Amino acid sequence: MINGLGQPQRLLVVGASSDIAAASVRAIAAAGGVESALLTARDPGALGGLQDELQGAGIATSAASWDATGTPQATAAVVERAWEDGDVDVVLIAVGELPDQAEVEADPALVTSLVQTNLTGPACLALYAAQRLRAQGHGTLVVLSSVAAERPRASNFAYAATKAGLDSFASGLADSLAGDGVQVLVVRPGFVHSKMTAGLDPAPLATTPERVGADIARSVAARRSGPIWSPGAVRVLTSALRHLPRPLYRRVSRGR
Amino acid sequence: VAEQRRLTGWGRSTATVATVETPASADEVAELLTRAPARGVVPRGLGRAYGDAALNAGGMVIDLRALRAVDYAGLEHDGTIRAEAGASLHAILVESVPRGWFVPVAPGTRQVTIGGAIAADVHGKDHHQAGSFMTHVQELTLATPAGIQVIGPESSLFAATFGGMGLTGVVLEAVLRMLPILSSRVVVDTDRAGDLDGALALMVEGASEHPYAVAWIDCMARGGSLGRAVVTRGRWAVPAELDTTAARDPLAFGPRARLAVPPLMPANFVSRPAALAFNELWFRKAPRERRGQIQSLSAFFHPLDALHGWNAVYGPRGFLQYQMVVPLEADEVLRQVIALLAARRLPSALSVLKRLGAASGGHLSFPVAGWTLAVDVSAGARGLGATLSACDELVAGCGGRVYLVKDARLRSEIVHTMYPRLEEWREIRGACDPDGIFASDQARRLRLVPASAT
Repeated sequence: MINGLGQPQRLLVVGASSDIAAASVRAIAAAGGVESALLTARDPGALGGLQDELQGAGIATSAASWDATGTPQATAAVVERAWEDGDVDVVLIAVGELPDQAEVEADPALVTSLVQTNLTGPACLALYAAQRLRAQGHGTLVVLSSVAAERPRASNFAYAATKAGLDSFASGLADSLAGDGVQVLVVRPGFVHSKMTAGLDPAPLATTPERVGADIARSVAARRSGPIWSPGAVRVLTSALRHLPRPLYRRVSRGR
Repeated sequence: VAEQRRLTGWGRSTATVATVETPASADEVAELLTRAPARGVVPRGLGRAYGDAALNAGGMVIDLRALRAVDYAGLEHDGTIRAEAGASLHAILVESVPRGWFVPVAPGTRQVTIGGAIAADVHGKDHHQAGSFMTHVQELTLATPAGIQVIGPESSLFAATFGGMGLTGVVLEAVLRMLPILSSRVVVDTDRAGDLDGALALMVEGASEHPYAVAWIDCMARGGSLGRAVVTRGRWAVPAELDTTAARDPLAFGPRARLAVPPLMPANFVSRPAALAFNELWFRKAPRERRGQIQSLSAFFHPLDALHGWNAVYGPRGFLQYQMVVPLEADEVLRQVIALLAARRLPSALSVLKRLGAASGGHLSFPVAGWTLAVDVSAGARGLGATLSACDELVAGCGGRVYLVKDARLRSEIVHTMYPRLEEWREIRGACDPDGIFASDQARRLRLVPASAT
C-alpha cells in the first residue's frame, strides 16, 4: 500500500539500468517506507550495483530480465512475477533508446526495433500492469515520456514519434484508470545528461537524472496523475515552441 | 446497491477504490459476507478513521450507516440503550441528552458510529476514570463468516473486537450502558500552563473533582516554553448552577454545525507561519486562570464538530494525526517527543494531550495508563516521515504505542512491539475468520491479517 506520507511499500522498476530509473528509485527509497523492489533490464547483470545499494538500505531487491522487443508472454510473465507476493504500489517504466537520427534515415529497417523498444514493449507492459493495478484498486504507474513527444524536431523525429505514441497511450490510460484509484504519471523530461544522451549537445534547461528522479518521487508521494515536466520550466518552453509558426520553429530547432 | 467508489480516511492522505455495499438489514450483512470478494471485506461507518483502516482497495467496503436504529427503552430500567452499528453518537445524544443520559465515553467528535467506536475502542477526556468504550458495552451482536453471534465481555472475541479495527467481524448492534446527567452543561476550569511540567501537574491535580481533563498543547514552542498548554477541566453542572434562562431547560441539546469548509480546498492552509501564529494566538487568548465557566456539552466535548468538514483545510494532500501514548512513568519520553516535533518545526496547530487510565483488555485496544498526545500535521510537511519514525522508536521503546485508528504510516515491524498481544489477537481472529475474508488497506500495510486476502 502507499501510506499517508505517499510512501509505497513495493516497487516494480522496468528498465532499471537507465540513469533516470535508478535515480527515481533512489529518490523514492530515500523518502522511506519501501520494503521490496523488482528491477528489470535487458541485461540484469547491469543491475548489480543498484540492487546491492537497495539491499543495503534494507529493501528486499531482486532482478529479472525483460526485453521490450520480446514476446507479450514474457511481458505478462514479468508482471505476474512482480505481483507474486502481493500488491505492487508503484510501477515505473523507463524503457527506451535514443538512436542516431541519421542512422535511422540511412537504414529505415531500424524503425521497427525502435518502435518495439520505445512504444510496443512499454505499452504492452503498461497494459498488463494496468490490469493488476485496476483490480487492486490502488497504485501508481509511472511512464517515462519526453518533451520530444510534444514537439518533434528534424534531428530526432524517429525517437520523438515513438515517445509521442507512448505519451499518448499513457495519457489515455491515465484517464481510463482515473476512477479505479490508479494514478498514471506521464513524465516528460527535457534534455537529461545521462548515458543515453552522452556525446549530444545539451538543449536549454538541461537537467540531471537526479533532478528528474526527485521530481518523480515528489509526484508519486503527492498521488499526482497525468503529465509532469522536469524541470517544470520545460513545460512553458515546449508550449511556446509548439505555437511557433512552422518556418520559425524549423530555424529555432535546427541542429538540435 | 453496490457502487465502485474512491474512499479516503478522515485525513484524506490516502485514497483507494472499493466496491461499497450499503446493506439495510443484518441479514443483508450476513449475505454479503457469504460472497466476499478475493480482496476481502471491511465495515465502515462515518469515515472518521484518519488513515486507511476503513478502506479496502479492490475489495468490498460495507457501509453500515443505514443500520442506525436505536432502542432507548432500556434507559428507564437499567440505563442502557440498544443501538445498531451505524447509529452515530450524535444521533444518540440528540435523543438521550434531553432524557438525562450521556454517552459513557465521548471521543473528540460526535460523528462516529457505534461500530466505529467499538472497532477503535475509543476513549474520552475522562479515560483515567471511565475507561474506554469496551468498559461500557454489555453485549455485542457480530456478523462473522460463521454466522451472527451474540457475545458478552467474557468472550475472547469480544475483547478482540474492541480495537480490532473491524477485522474480527461486522458489528451489527451493541447494548451500551449510558451515563446519567442532570444538565447538558459542563462547569469548566481553564488554566494556562507555561511549560509541560505545569500542564502535567494541572491534569493530575483535582482529577476526582473534574473527571474530564484535556490540554491543548503547543508542539511548536521550544526552550523554556516547551509543552506550554491551555488546560481545561470539566465536570457536569447541576441545574442549581445554571442561570435562569438555562435552568428552564437544563437538559437542552441542539448542536449545529455553524461553519463549513468547502470540500475542495485548493491548497494546504496550515503552513508553518499560519500554525505558529495560530498557536500563539490560542495560547494568548486563553485566560491565565478561570474558574467555573458554564459551557454547553458540544463546546466542551466536540469543539471541532462546529466546523463542518474541517479536515479539508489541509488541501489535496491531506493530513496525518499522530496519536501515541506513553506509560505514566515515561513522561520523559513525552517530553522528548514534543521536543523532537518542536525542533523539526513541523507545522501543527492545536495538539491535544490527555491522561489515560488502565487498559480495557481489548487485544489491540489503544489506551494504557499514561499520557496520550495527538498531533495533526499536513501530510506533505517536509521531513515528516523521518520525524514520526523517530517518535515511533521512542514510544515503542518505553512500552507505548501509536493509535491504529489514527495511523496511516506505521511500519509493520514496529506494530508487534507496540501491541504485544497481536499474535493472540490473530489467533482469535483467525478462528472466526478461517478463510480470511476480513481485510483493509491498513491490515495489508501492517500485515495484521494473513496475506490470503491481499
